[in-house]
Amino acid sequence: MSANSTRLRALALYKELHRLGRDYPDPNYDFLGKLRRMYEKNRHLKDPEEIEKALKLGEYIKNETLALYSLRKYRHLKRVYDPAPLPKPPL
Amino acid sequence: MYPSTVRLLNILVPIKRCVDYAVKIRVNPQQTGIDLNVKHSMNPFDEIAVEEAVRIRERMKEKVSSIKVVTIGPPKSAETLRTALAMGADSAIHVELPESAPSPEPLGVAKALQAVIAREKEKGGVDLVIMGKQAIDDDAGQTGQILAGLLDWPQATFASKVDVDEANGVVNVAGEIDGGSQVLKCKLPLVVTTDLRLNEPRYASLPNIMKAKKKPIEKLSPADLRVDLTPRLETLKITEPPKRVGGGKARCVSNVDELIAKLKDAGLVTS
Repeated sequence: MSANSTRLRALALYKELHRLGRDYPDPNYDFLGKLRRMYEKNRHLKDPEEIEKALKLGEYIKNETLALYSLRKYRHLKRVYDPAPLPKPPL
Repeated sequence: MYPSTVRLLNILVPIKRCVDYAVKIRVNPQQTGIDLNVKHSMNPFDEIAVEEAVRIRERMKEKVSSIKVVTIGPPKSAETLRTALAMGADSAIHVELPESAPSPEPLGVAKALQAVIAREKEKGGVDLVIMGKQAIDDDAGQTGQILAGLLDWPQATFASKVDVDEANGVVNVAGEIDGGSQVLKCKLPLVVTTDLRLNEPRYASLPNIMKAKKKPIEKLSPADLRVDLTPRLETLKITEPPKRVGGGKARCVSNVDELIAKLKDAGLVTS
């Protein structure tokens, strides 16, 4: 695997994570800052195994963030449009 | 029972650009509407509709000949169309309204969709319309039903499962009703409106969004469709609901008798 292809993968992952990070719901969590710092920290990796591990971590974060967003949306919609019926008061 | 004809399905998915679900709604200073200077996105129920169309094609493969998305809205609605194209639609139609035009009403939207469908007849027609059951900004929940009425097509609303039986030209749509669920067997062409439970929409990844830039968006105007979208309702005033009054002194009771007295006052206890 040439260094160029992993670089392309890393860049594509960064763009994707950046796009996701813009909609992060918690303003106190600096998603974009953390993303930048993690990439800066790993920029000098040379060992293909380590690079692969870092990319896998990035993919994991991407999937977790996607799951967070879709769950949050689903929960909101369910609460608004399909609320659980109130329990009947005991007689 | 007539012999099964190989019928290619053309799916039309009307979508709407609404205020994003996570935005805190505020009334605008003129009290004529809500603050629209906020994040907008595709109506979540319409996302579910687009997803269902794409899944139908994944199941039926070449039998689905096209998935078209259509929206009626200002120029910015084109972004919503691009998202739908990135999710898997083939082409889009944008019935463009001027930026300052008032939001169209369900009857107007349904008439415009009817005109679009009539226009599509020359290009193969539309067999299946899948749309969200309601938009999260106006919560009218009428457009699908009005459209089915105008077209004189059957309608299967609040669908939680759509099963296209292409060979027999019917669609089995399951939906929840009070006290249970029902399955409707509908002949094509058909209007389906989606419920929350139908599916979970896919994420439009960046590569797909890039690819979607090459997909065609046809621009039309209401005049092209000979449709008048002037609203019939005039909003006089919009205000926020009164602030909720807190529990007040009722929370501080020193003994049981006082509690019962307060409950009687509030009308919650009769004896």
